[in-house]
Amino acid sequence: MRVPLSWLREYVDLPATETGRDVQAKLISAGLEVETVEQLGAGLTGPLVVGKVLTIEELTDFKKPIRFCTVDVGQANGTGEPQEIICGARNFAEGDKVVVALPGAVLPGDFRIAERKTYGRVSRGMICSGDELGMGDDGTHGIIVLPPEHEVGTDATVLLELFDEVLDIAVTPDRGYCLSMRGVARETATAYGLPLRDPALLDVPAPNSYGYPVQITDPIGCDRFTARTVVGLAPEARSPIWLQRRLQKAGMRSISLAVDITNYVMLELGQPIHAYDRNRLDGPLGVRRAEAGEKITTLDGTVRVLDAADLVITDNRGPIGIAGVMGGANTEIADPVTDPETGIVTGSSEVVIEAAHFDAISIARTARRHKLSSEASKRFERGVDPQAAAAAAQRCVDLLVLLAGGTAEAGVTEVAAPSAPRTIAMPANHPDKVAGVDYGRETVVRRLQEVGCDVYGQDELIVTVPSWRPDLNEPNDLAEEVIRLEGYENLPSTLPKPPAGRGLTERQRVHRRVGRALAGAGYVEALNYPFIGEQALDQLGLDADDARRRLVKLVNPLSDEEPALRTTLLPGLLGALRRNDSRGSHDLALFETGLVFRPGDQPGVAVRLGVDRRPTDEEIARVNAALPAQPRRAAVVLAGAREQAGWWGKGRPSDWADAVEAGRTVAAEAGVELIISADQHAPWHPGRCAAFHVEVDGEKVLVGHAGELHPRVVKAFGLPARACAMEIDLDLLEKANEGPLKAPRISSFPVATQDVALVVAGNVPAAEVEAALTEGAGELLESIRLFDVYTGDQLGEGSKSLAYALKFRATDRTLTVDEASAARDAAVALATERTGAVLRGA
Amino acid sequence: MSAPNKSYDPVEVEALKPEEIERMRDEALAAFAAAGDLDELAHAKTAHTGGTSPLALANREIGALPPQAKAAAGKIVGQARGIVSKALATRQSELEAERDARVLVEEAVDVTLPYDRVPAGARHPLTTLMERVSDVFVSMGYEVAEGPEVEAEWFNFDALNFVPDHPARQMQDTFFVQGTSVEGTATTGDESGVVLRTHTSPVQARTLIDREPPVYVVCPGRVYRTDELDATHTPVFHQIELLAVDEGLTMADLKGTLDHMVQALFGPDMKTRLRPNFFPFTEPSAEMDMLCYVCRGESVGNPDRPCRTCGSEGWIELGGCGMVNPKVLTACGVDPEKYSGFAFGFGIERMLMFRHNVDDMRDMVEGDVRFTRPFGMEI
Repeated sequence: MRVPLSWLREYVDLPATETGRDVQAKLISAGLEVETVEQLGAGLTGPLVVGKVLTIEELTDFKKPIRFCTVDVGQANGTGEPQEIICGARNFAEGDKVVVALPGAVLPGDFRIAERKTYGRVSRGMICSGDELGMGDDGTHGIIVLPPEHEVGTDATVLLELFDEVLDIAVTPDRGYCLSMRGVARETATAYGLPLRDPALLDVPAPNSYGYPVQITDPIGCDRFTARTVVGLAPEARSPIWLQRRLQKAGMRSISLAVDITNYVMLELGQPIHAYDRNRLDGPLGVRRAEAGEKITTLDGTVRVLDAADLVITDNRGPIGIAGVMGGANTEIADPVTDPETGIVTGSSEVVIEAAHFDAISIARTARRHKLSSEASKRFERGVDPQAAAAAAQRCVDLLVLLAGGTAEAGVTEVAAPSAPRTIAMPANHPDKVAGVDYGRETVVRRLQEVGCDVYGQDELIVTVPSWRPDLNEPNDLAEEVIRLEGYENLPSTLPKPPAGRGLTERQRVHRRVGRALAGAGYVEALNYPFIGEQALDQLGLDADDARRRLVKLVNPLSDEEPALRTTLLPGLLGALRRNDSRGSHDLALFETGLVFRPGDQPGVAVRLGVDRRPTDEEIARVNAALPAQPRRAAVVLAGAREQAGWWGKGRPSDWADAVEAGRTVAAEAGVELIISADQHAPWHPGRCAAFHVEVDGEKVLVGHAGELHPRVVKAFGLPARACAMEIDLDLLEKANEGPLKAPRISSFPVATQDVALVVAGNVPAAEVEAALTEGAGELLESIRLFDVYTGDQLGEGSKSLAYALKFRATDRTLTVDEASAARDAAVALATERTGAVLRGA
Repeated sequence: MSAPNKSYDPVEVEALKPEEIERMRDEALAAFAAAGDLDELAHAKTAHTGGTSPLALANREIGALPPQAKAAAGKIVGQARGIVSKALATRQSELEAERDARVLVEEAVDVTLPYDRVPAGARHPLTTLMERVSDVFVSMGYEVAEGPEVEAEWFNFDALNFVPDHPARQMQDTFFVQGTSVEGTATTGDESGVVLRTHTSPVQARTLIDREPPVYVVCPGRVYRTDELDATHTPVFHQIELLAVDEGLTMADLKGTLDHMVQALFGPDMKTRLRPNFFPFTEPSAEMDMLCYVCRGESVGNPDRPCRTCGSEGWIELGGCGMVNPKVLTACGVDPEKYSGFAFGFGIERMLMFRHNVDDMRDMVEGDVRFTRPFGMEI
């Protein structure tokens, strides 16, 4: 809502010194979002005067037609002589009144007007267009031609009200009444503690039976309809400057007098008005729901197919308007047309004014259904004061009579469903309890009265809310009114005392620890959008029946290429890897933790439950069952060097082992040991892919994968060669956690170290050999470490040698060499039995 | 300990003349002084203090002396040996110091060499900022609550008093999830009743449904709206939400909690300002601003000292807040006659932007390591 300060002053006697910024501060404090204060006329200085064009000489020697004019500006130029001015516009004639900027004037944009030679003449000023004066374009792109009654020499800055301030207010959905000057004026008056001149307080004749006939068949959709008729309108009557300017400042374009008046009244009172050309109406006006498939051509020239839920205005022919949203083309007020031969102006001379009240939700649905948001629908959706309809109709009638020379017919139609004022019962101290401030009953009552409420009662107040505040329904709504008018800025600052908290949950701690551990290991966190498309899944090389291809899809994705939610973190991370690489960072280790989305097996619909009570556990369970599974995962991607080359020596490229180690790092933070085995799983290299399992309740559960990416995947995503990746499910890891770590017993007896080198077939996993050695060595084994892997000619084709350092130690004695050797032999024996290992050199 | 020597040889007594002992001592001292390095000193040590050195032999002779001569000879020899071994130790440490001085100088390195063998990792500043804000409240006794990002409309809207068709429901541009039939043959526009949560507020509803009051929680998390990515918008962003429901909570408590938060995050003399606003799930509702932590409001009306952070407004807009609408309490099974509550929420991206001078939202979402790395582990 754009509110010109000059207009606002009509309803509230603000001190003359108050600026737009002052009013802005007051209104913001009262809860209106005043976003900007526009300074109209900023950068404009006169002299700017009304002139009368005396002569026009057409200069034809130039590329475009140019006019050399003499203009009477009265005594404004100091001489009284006609002012000679060159003008490029053509929409004026000798005798017209125009706006002249005299030398010395400065127009917006630091456009300085001076006497200058141009087109072979001396031009002493400029004939101005609306644009040039910062008024906004009026649609003609031409210069302003003023009504003839204005005196030459008159200061045009005053006449055109060029200096003003406009408050731009973003009206929140609960404050529909502030989509009107009346509403903003009420807030302003309250904020300043000044009286309001309510523009809706008009003398309205009583309804009678001889007004234009109206039949309402849907009183729920339309609970009030006022119709008035004005005849004998002068088609040539134009909107006066003040009316045009107010519309312009409020952000609307001047169209024709009758339409301008309806818009003006809507801006003033908040009541949308529709004007019908009576001669184009066929029979009584009706209000009903549309029949599905009915058609109407709206004012904007669009043919619209109506829905059975749309509320329409009809005459004998059928729908002539979409109620509260937009009128129809076939009953529109005709723009005045001037016959070029005779000069006679024709146009609508008889209008029927509609000031009605429609159901907010119905209007909202229709506006959305037809993607047709109008000034009217915006207001009806947020609530229009039903009691203002008659006054608004009257105001229209008055202005048509005054400005268009019309005559009001005596008939006054008013169809209104009976309604009682709404009341709210509220303890008088409720606002005090909500705010934590002792306002006292008197203040509460006074503030509510300022809002427009009638208040009765002592400890328990009975509050009748004003018709323009459909948003006031509950005691808390009233409390807000009191608190905001008393000033949010005056609220004290106190701290509640929560009960002792339990800190973060284990899941939350694991999440944080994983992030810290990965960052500590050199990984940089990237938070990627979760949107993916089929293309990414194809690039990952997933099989047609891969579970990751079952997607949660969006109805309205931002991009049709990525219409679904990720089922794996990898596409986003790989995208970030590629982006960094292309920007010149080549040695990369990235990580992300976040949710992936896996549709359930039997997705249903999450039904809308009621809100009048807590849903039952079964109801909530059903709603939750319609949601996809959303496990939290961690993933890393790597490319380039893991260790850089430098003055210390060589670097080391990142490889599959780094990716697997990242998995171990994450699992360690979750307090879980991974069981690692070889796997073949997209998008990894089939020979360089590890599967991660953990034990949950004695069962082996797959939690993730790691390794080098498949060369095809690397190519498809455009990644650096040998890029690696790891992805693991944090929620499953958390489940596998078996509680607090059991501390190791530290023995201070000497250690006995035994090294063994075992030769096994090349395809025997080291993890199995190690497991066998560990088990076979028994409880004397303190630690085992693989310190070398060797393949070579000495071993023969397809074999490898694994060298382990075994540390033995007892908690209660010094081990003898024989004891340590016996344990080692037992270890080797079990490894031999399980994996076919042979002691090297044996 | 050997038995006393009874078979001494009086002839040998001559060998222990004091002059001889002095000579041996002086020769040893001269040899030590002449030793130029530790190797030479080691040779001199062997020659003059070793088992076959003259003083050692002389010492051995003492045993052979007649008892009456032993004491005097022992004294002379012992003194000489004492002087020699002290001189040796002194020279030893002199030479070691010399050597150390030389070697340590030779071993000097350029300690200004850079070392980025394994470049440092970092957590994303949005993550760490969310944690930092959460921790302020955890230290006050709040707990951290979480909820799904793909959320039922009922939790995201209805339970929070977003009435169907109310304009408020259109204020947030919502991603809707397709209804799926089995086999994944979804048809566009199927009503699924499921959305990407547009705010962290559904976690409020879930928390109230799951827990008995008093409830004091913060809910950090990711949220979604259908905005195209540009310098100031991103369709995927982060919020942190606070909810307190207890007996007798007031708007003054809300104000105090907000003041405490900005003081914890931006300094002791910080404060907040509330402005009336509208949100369906709170009533009364307010927009919350914090004092500009850079200019502390001094840039207002002071064109000589403009403030970039607050645009010389003096205040920075943080987010929305208010008293939990009793309708929300009712929908979540909390008795509004007994309990009241307050809630607030704000965007982490925005706070990161003004707290760390980030100009372009895109820097936060592109995952460029050059942006994230400087933020390190904590913020």
